[in-house]
Amino acid sequence: MELTRRDALAALASAGVVGGGSAAVLARERRDGTDRPTGDRDRDRNRETPDGTLPDALVATAEVVYPSEVSGVSGFVRAYSLGRFEARPDYREGVRDAVDELEEHARAWYGEGYTALDRGSREELLRSMGVHSAEEDPVGTAAERVRFYVVNELLFALYTSPAGGRLVGIENPQGHPGGTGSYRRGPR
Amino acid sequence: MTAPDRDGGVGDGRDRTADGRVDVCVVGAGPAGALVARALAGAGYDVVVLEAGPRFDPTDRVERMERSIRPYYGPPDVWEMGGPRDAFSATGELHYPLNAARVKGVGGSSLHWQGMVMRLHESDFERRTRSGYGADWPFDYETLRPYYARAERRLGVSGASDNPFAPPREEPHPLPAFPPSYSDSLFAPACERLGVTTHSVPNARNSEAFDGRAACVGYGTCKPVCPSGAKWSADHEIRAAETEGARVVDRAPVQRLLTGERPDRVTAAVYATPDGVEHRQAARQFVLAAGGVETPRLLLLSRSPDHPDGLANASGLVGRYFTEHLFAGAGGRLDEPTRQNHVGFNTTESHQFYDDPGAGTERGIPASDADLAPIKLEFLNYAGPSPVEMALSGEDWGDALLSRLRAGYGTHVAMGALVEATPRRENRVALDPSRTDDHGNPVPDVRWSLDARTRRTLARANEIQHAILAELGADVEWTVGPRDTGPAYHHMGTTRMGSDPAESVVDAGLRTHDVGNLSVASSSVFPTGGAMNPTLTIAALALKCADHVAESL
Repeated sequence: MELTRRDALAALASAGVVGGGSAAVLARERRDGTDRPTGDRDRDRNRETPDGTLPDALVATAEVVYPSEVSGVSGFVRAYSLGRFEARPDYREGVRDAVDELEEHARAWYGEGYTALDRGSREELLRSMGVHSAEEDPVGTAAERVRFYVVNELLFALYTSPAGGRLVGIENPQGHPGGTGSYRRGPR
Repeated sequence: MTAPDRDGGVGDGRDRTADGRVDVCVVGAGPAGALVARALAGAGYDVVVLEAGPRFDPTDRVERMERSIRPYYGPPDVWEMGGPRDAFSATGELHYPLNAARVKGVGGSSLHWQGMVMRLHESDFERRTRSGYGADWPFDYETLRPYYARAERRLGVSGASDNPFAPPREEPHPLPAFPPSYSDSLFAPACERLGVTTHSVPNARNSEAFDGRAACVGYGTCKPVCPSGAKWSADHEIRAAETEGARVVDRAPVQRLLTGERPDRVTAAVYATPDGVEHRQAARQFVLAAGGVETPRLLLLSRSPDHPDGLANASGLVGRYFTEHLFAGAGGRLDEPTRQNHVGFNTTESHQFYDDPGAGTERGIPASDADLAPIKLEFLNYAGPSPVEMALSGEDWGDALLSRLRAGYGTHVAMGALVEATPRRENRVALDPSRTDDHGNPVPDVRWSLDARTRRTLARANEIQHAILAELGADVEWTVGPRDTGPAYHHMGTTRMGSDPAESVVDAGLRTHDVGNLSVASSSVFPTGGAMNPTLTIAALALKCADHVAESL
């Protein structure tokens, strides 16, 4: 399944971003053109992201925590995080702090930055930190903060969006304002 | 006071000092207080509403919704309940989770309510006469009927007249009912084969745009937060009351009510602002609308030499007969998709076992001759886990997580029920002198227990649910019944209404027997609670209360 920026906008609606944040994404959309799959424009967009490292780290983590059958992950995550950060600066600081933890652990254990690690090493790092078994907590341990601000943030974005919901069989997942038609429809 | 001082230390510049003597002082900005305030302000009276909690920013709703989904936050966190302000004790036989069961703020507990709005049945007003337990109401259904119609218009109820068990009504609901769900369509033939009649559910939720609010857009998180405003909540009503001229003071918990030279008249409500300053709001009439826990607590806190056991408590019944509705439920899985969790409200119920809970059917529901209480059956549209909530709390991710979500979501079904609890004198809201809140007042102590009839009725509800689920072909995986039931967060009975001052706290006009200018608009006046969600009845009583207050002004 290909994730698009339209999916990112839908995810932003679930994340409380309906004003400036989604406007920022839409403004970029007008510059970039139509709602075509986003994966092929990632290099260009890197220069426009609000912070050079945070979206990269989120994309790097999404490649671990999103299922392999979704594509367009980079564009989806970048568009989502741009909108989210612009709408909620406090949230951005939490993400920055959590990504700092990932960078520190990566440099200490692997000798290079988190985003420079291959996918397998990133997953190994997350598990070594205990993120997989940590309960999310914005003021907790490093693992709990990474779970809150990075892993669960990404999973929330995906699985409250219709695209993520459709992977599971629910096109209007909890948290998404998908109308009052789908609950009446049978399976397809 | 300088201007910054007038906001009570909040820092928002809103004046929180008392007005001069007004016509009406309403305590509480939940459904009852909001409806009373709007009605009386609309009739031209000077109205001040004092609300203990804050005025929530409507633009925060989606963020609150996220809190309701993410595992870090518990139910009290969504609306910021808890802490010294909301300290409580629960020393009864059963623990009572009070701060999950209420919201303090403009809008009150309707901010987190589900939004089910049924009228009580005629039998509910005559429980003692008809069934030999509980207490009769001091008036009948016909007395409340026009107020129910007005309440349905105020709340914008979406409903249909297809319920053969409902009491008589004079006109259609203001908005069309939400159509049945796909899941309902799976239950329907099974119920029909068993002889169980199902029907639509009246919802205080816009099926079409109404009263300046948009139609439901299906966020699926109605309880505890509707981000779109399609669900009626009392903050909408408060805004209308303010447009009519009412003044609403938030973060202003009332500490006590004062009587003056005449002990049968309240002269002022003393409230505190966050800076610790106390203010006195004088009024000709006072209406308590602070819910079934804080209303009796405030009366008990208002004890004085003239009222040594608390205000309006000559009967000794203030705080007594604390009553809840109990949940019974069962659920499991089918071998086919059931399409759950698209919306957060229900679209099918059966009230067949309400007036005659022991009645059997010819085709599968066994009869019972036990002494039982009313049962309201619900067919849930949110059975089983929500995929996103599963995703946020597992120890897996990637493909393993997706496999778990696919295995865990999609084939669940469930039924719920509300069961009436027998009013018991020993169940009560008392003051706990050993603990105090942020203003030094003793906290409420909720003492709660269940009797044998209530437990029998829970078991009966399970029996009916199991029969329906078996007919549907479901593998039942869970049951909640007499051993592990929980409260529905409906606080009733603690200032019960009646015609005998020795047996009740307020009269049929919602006025306290002992204090002439003090009324109560709340489910705390319900003498017997029935098994219907109480808010429509609270709203009807609030409108009735407003009429009586207006008559005396």
